[in-house]
Amino acid sequence: MITLNHYLIVSALLFSLGMAGVIARRNILIIYMCLEMMLSAANLTLVAFSRFRVVEGLPDYAAQSLVFFTITVAAAEVAVGLAIIVALYRSKQSVEVESVTKLQG
Amino acid sequence: MPSLFFYLFTAITLGFGLLVVTARNPVTSALCLAMSFVGLAALFISLDAYFIGTIQILVYAGAVMVLFLFIIMLLDIKAEEGKKPNLPAVIGGVVLAVILALQIVTVSSSYSLGKTPLKNAPLSLNKAAETSVLPTISNDLKVGTLPDAKLMGLTLFKQYGFHLQAIGLLLLVGTVGVVVLSKREKGGQDA
Repeated sequence: MITLNHYLIVSALLFSLGMAGVIARRNILIIYMCLEMMLSAANLTLVAFSRFRVVEGLPDYAAQSLVFFTITVAAAEVAVGLAIIVALYRSKQSVEVESVTKLQG
Repeated sequence: MPSLFFYLFTAITLGFGLLVVTARNPVTSALCLAMSFVGLAALFISLDAYFIGTIQILVYAGAVMVLFLFIIMLLDIKAEEGKKPNLPAVIGGVVLAVILALQIVTVSSSYSLGKTPLKNAPLSLNKAAETSVLPTISNDLKVGTLPDAKLMGLTLFKQYGFHLQAIGLLLLVGTVGVVVLSKREKGGQDA
């Protein structure tokens, strides 16, 4: 029997997986992919809550609208972030986080 | 039977998600991320969110992953061979992730509403058909189908019209920003 908790736990595991990747990996592109995973995990929580909160016989569409906006913002963010990564690669010839230490004191 | 599918798609989502984090080659990571998103879209569809599941596949597994693969191949990034992983960062990441997962699991398992199964939150389409304003939606509801895209559209344009326009502006600013960022500066010393 699938309950709301099942979905929340899947979302928690996906989010933690993404967070582990953001902290542990040194390739900026993979860090970025893990960020996308964390955003999607939050979306899963929103959709699960929207389905389990039935309003007038239908799922709560306010939550799903928020997911729609999140996906749009994530798409715009990926485009801008990848442009920044390309600009970084041009000046450093590397996509490792260790090569970007200019702000380190 | 539905619970079997839930576990199958959960395994796809989390298994390929783990491969994204552990793979040495960025191309492998990107392809595994696409598979993970497909599994997640299936979970969305299992929650009756057909429209969100569809745009998850179209936008994430389609557009975003193509962008990632394009950049990986444009920059010609090789797999990290011979390089040892940053051990303190790996330990810190794993420990923090385990702590966060345990916290969320503990909190959500003590949440009483979280124990409601999907059966106890049934959609009553006939009841919704009576209160629905648009004939196209109430006709679909009377037949017994959930017109997910129509209801999303109704919510977006009726309640969140301004937000929708703000998102449009954000996308425009994003596009202009990408063009500015990737333009080469005149007289710059970068190759």
